[in-house]
Amino acid sequence: MNITLTVNGEARSVGAAESTSLLEVLRNHLGLMGTRYGCGLEQCGCCMVLVDDQPAYACTRELGTVAGRKVTTIEGLGSEARPHPLQQAFLDEQAGQCGYCLSGILISAKALLDRNPDPSRAEIVAALDKHLCRCGAHQRILRAVERAAVTLRSGAAA
Amino acid sequence: MTAPVLPASLVENPRLDRWIKFESDRTVRIATGKVEMGQGIVTAIGQIAAEELDVPLDRVAVLSGNTTYGPDELYTTSSLSVDVSGGSVRLVCAEVRAKALDRAALRLNCSRDELSVVHGKFLQNGAATGQDYWTVAAEIDLTQAVTGTAPAKQVASYKVVGQSVPRVDLPAKMSGAAFVHDVLPPDVLHARTLRQPNRGATLASLDEAAIRKAAKGELQIVREVNFVAFVSPVEGVAQAAAVAAPLHAKWNNLRQLVREQQEAAWLKGRPSDDRHIGAPPSATSPGNLVQATFSRPYIAHASLAPSCALAEFRDGHLTVRSHGQGMHPLRKNLADVLGLPIESITAQHLHGAGCYGHNGADDAALDAALVAMRLPGKCIRLMWRREEEFGFEPVGPAMLVTLHVDLDARGRPADWTTEIWSPTHVQRPGAGTGFLLAAEALANPPPEVAPFDPTEQRGGGGTRNAVPLYDVPAHRIVHHLVMRPPVRTSALRGLGALPNVYAIESMIDDLAARMGEDPVAYRLSILSESRARRLVELVAERAGWESRGAGGAGKGLGIGFARYKNRAAYAAVVAAVTVEETVRVDRIWCVADAGLVVNPDGARNQLEGGIVQAVSWTLKEQVRLDDQGIASRDWDSYPILRFSEIPEMQVEFVEANGNPALGVGECTVGPTAAAIGNAVHHALGVRLRDMPLTRERILAALA
Repeated sequence: MNITLTVNGEARSVGAAESTSLLEVLRNHLGLMGTRYGCGLEQCGCCMVLVDDQPAYACTRELGTVAGRKVTTIEGLGSEARPHPLQQAFLDEQAGQCGYCLSGILISAKALLDRNPDPSRAEIVAALDKHLCRCGAHQRILRAVERAAVTLRSGAAA
Repeated sequence: MTAPVLPASLVENPRLDRWIKFESDRTVRIATGKVEMGQGIVTAIGQIAAEELDVPLDRVAVLSGNTTYGPDELYTTSSLSVDVSGGSVRLVCAEVRAKALDRAALRLNCSRDELSVVHGKFLQNGAATGQDYWTVAAEIDLTQAVTGTAPAKQVASYKVVGQSVPRVDLPAKMSGAAFVHDVLPPDVLHARTLRQPNRGATLASLDEAAIRKAAKGELQIVREVNFVAFVSPVEGVAQAAAVAAPLHAKWNNLRQLVREQQEAAWLKGRPSDDRHIGAPPSATSPGNLVQATFSRPYIAHASLAPSCALAEFRDGHLTVRSHGQGMHPLRKNLADVLGLPIESITAQHLHGAGCYGHNGADDAALDAALVAMRLPGKCIRLMWRREEEFGFEPVGPAMLVTLHVDLDARGRPADWTTEIWSPTHVQRPGAGTGFLLAAEALANPPPEVAPFDPTEQRGGGGTRNAVPLYDVPAHRIVHHLVMRPPVRTSALRGLGALPNVYAIESMIDDLAARMGEDPVAYRLSILSESRARRLVELVAERAGWESRGAGGAGKGLGIGFARYKNRAAYAAVVAAVTVEETVRVDRIWCVADAGLVVNPDGARNQLEGGIVQAVSWTLKEQVRLDDQGIASRDWDSYPILRFSEIPEMQVEFVEANGNPALGVGECTVGPTAAAIGNAVHHALGVRLRDMPLTRERILAALA
C-alpha cells in the first residue's frame, strides 16, 4: 500500500511497508542521499531530519508514523548551487573534515535557529550535543552556526 | 651531473601519463594514488598542480585512487601525502610545463625564454599567442618517463600554494550524495554479513528458515565455508537478516577471552619478538635511576560510518568501489584471495567517513567482492552494521611503556631507555603480514600473522617517537612486539606516538619537579634544536605560562611537545584543565612548525582534529572485551568526546623560514595527550600514568 507524505515541500507517495525506516525511504525510495546511516540506534545523529519542523532520527522512525506529515532533509535546505545560509556558513568556516556528520548537524542547527534566531554558544552546544563528529571539527561547526545566525537575522531584518 | 633523486612514487610510476592528462574540456586531470579521507589532500594536490602549471585551480580535476589511470602510491598513511605524492605531482607538472613551452616555442618560432604562462595560456613577451596547454597537448609525449630535471618554481614565487583554499569536496557532502554509501545503481542488491566470531571458528549450523522469517522479504543467503552474506533488493530485509543471524548460527572452535586481556598491563610477559634499538646497554651501573610505567588501552577508529563497498563481477571482470586507503594494494589483495588475475580487477576510491587509519574499509571490499563473484552481473552494495564496525575493525594497539632514565649530577637525563610492550601497529593487507578479514573464513585461511612492525626507517610502529628529541647522551629502545593479542590490531593515527610522547613528556615534567624547576625552563635546558626551542617558547608565551601558579587546586596548566616521527611536523601544546571528579580540558594552545604549508586553513583543521581526537582518547576511550571479543559495540559503550566537552582551541603555524613541507596530520596527538597528563598533574599533584584518565582513576589516585 502507498503512504503519502510531504518531503521538502513536495507530496510524495511511497510504496513500502509501514515499518520501513524513514531513512531507507528517503535514501532508497526517494533518492535523497544526504540523510546518512550512522548507527541505527539514535546515538550519533547522522540521520537527523525534520518531521513537522522538529528534529527526528530517521533511522528508527517508521514510515507509518510520518504519513501525512512534513519531512525536511538536507536537500530541502539548499543545494550546492543554491546553498542555505547555514550551508554557506559551514563552507565559509570550512566546518568539517570527512563531512559524514554534517547533514544531520545542519538539520539540528536549522531547527535551533528557527526557534531561536540568536542562540548563545551554550544553546548551540546543547542543540548539537546529540550529534557526534569524529574528525574534531566541533569548534568550526559552532562558529559556523553563529555565523549563519547573524546572516539569517540580518536577512530577516532587511 | 648526477640524476636527481626522485620520490618513491615516481620511481614506481615513472610515466608522465600516469599523473597528468589534458582533457578536451580544457581541464587538466591530475592523478594521485593518495585518497581523500577528510584531510583535504585532494585540494592540496590540486593546489600544487595549479601552482606548477600556472593554470587556474578550477581547471584542475584531481583523480584519486584509481587503478586504471592513476599511480600506485600504496596506502595513504603516515602524514606522507603532501611530501611524497605532492612532491611527485610538482616534478611531473614542472616537466610537462617545460615540454609544453618547448612545443609552443617551436610553433611560434621563438625562444622559450620569451614565453610565460598565465592562467594556462602562453604569452610571448607578455602578449597573447593563441597557444596554451591544450593546443599543444597532442604534441607532448606523456608516455615518457619523468626525469625530474625540469626546474620547479621557487617557493618565493608561489601564488596558489600557501593560500587557504576551500576544500573542493565539502559542498557535496553538505548537500546530498557524496560517499560510496550513496551510490545506488538501479537493480543494486544490498548485502550484509554474518561475521565469523574469531579466526578458526567454524560454522556448525545456520538456521536459514529462522533468518528468512526474521528478514520478512526476498532474501538470498550466500555461504562460502565460514563466510555468510545476506542479499536482498530491499536494504531493510538484508539488515534484518543480519541482525537476526547471530542468534541462529552455531559455531565451533569459539575462543574464550578473559577481561584482563583488555588492559595494557596484560601485555607484559606475553610471548614477544624482542628488538633492541639504539645505544648498547649502559656499561656503568646507574647512579640515579628514575623509572615509571605508562599505558594506553586498545582504542577504536570509531569511524562515524560503517564500512561499505560496491562490487560487480561482469564478463570476468571485477569492479570494486571502496573507501579504503589504497586502491592498488586493495586490487592486489583481492586478486590474491579471489584467485583472479590482477588485470581482471579495477578498484576506484570513493569517499567514506573519516577513518584515521586502517578500519574495516578494505575488509568490506572483500566481503562485497565475495558476494559479487557468486552473483555475476549484479551490483552488490555491502555495508557493515554499526556493531560490526566496532566489533571487527582492527583496533589501535594497547601499549605499555616503561622509561628507565639515569640522571646526571644536574638532574638531567644521562642515559635513557624506552621499553615498550605492544602488539603490531600495522596489519594492512599486503603490507607486512596482514590480510583481508573474510579470507580467514574461506577454505584456505592465510597463515597466522608473523611478527611485523614498521621499521625505524619508516618511523617505527610501537617505537614511533620512542626516542626523546631532548639532548640525551645515550638512548635506546627495548621493543617487545607482543605476538598474540586478543584482538586484531593495526594502524591508528600516530601509531605508537601518542603513548610514547605521553610517557616521555610526563617523565620530563616529573624530572623537572624533582629539581624544583619549571617544566618549560627544564625542557629548554635540554633542548638544543632551534626549531623545537622556538615552539616551546612560543606556546608558553601564548598560554600565559609565566603566570602559571603552583597548581594543586583542581586547575592545571600542562605542556607537551614532540616532533612527529622525529622527522615530520613539530607541535607544542599547552592544555588548561579543570579536575573535579572528571577531567575537563578547558583550553588548548598549539603552535606547529610544518615548514611550507600548502593550504594553511586546511592544515589548521588537521591540527584541530588531531587535538580533539587526542583529548577524546586520553580522557574517555577504551575498547572493552568480553569472553568472545570486542564488547563495546555502540556509542554508549564506546563514548567519544561531545560538543559539550570540546575545549576552546588556539592553533597556529610558525612561518616556514624556507623549510620544506612536513607531514602535519598526526603531529598534535602525542603532545596533546601529554599536555593533558601534565595539566592534570599540575591540578592534582598526582601523576596519572594509565589512560584513559577516567573518574575511577582520578578517585583512586586521590585516595
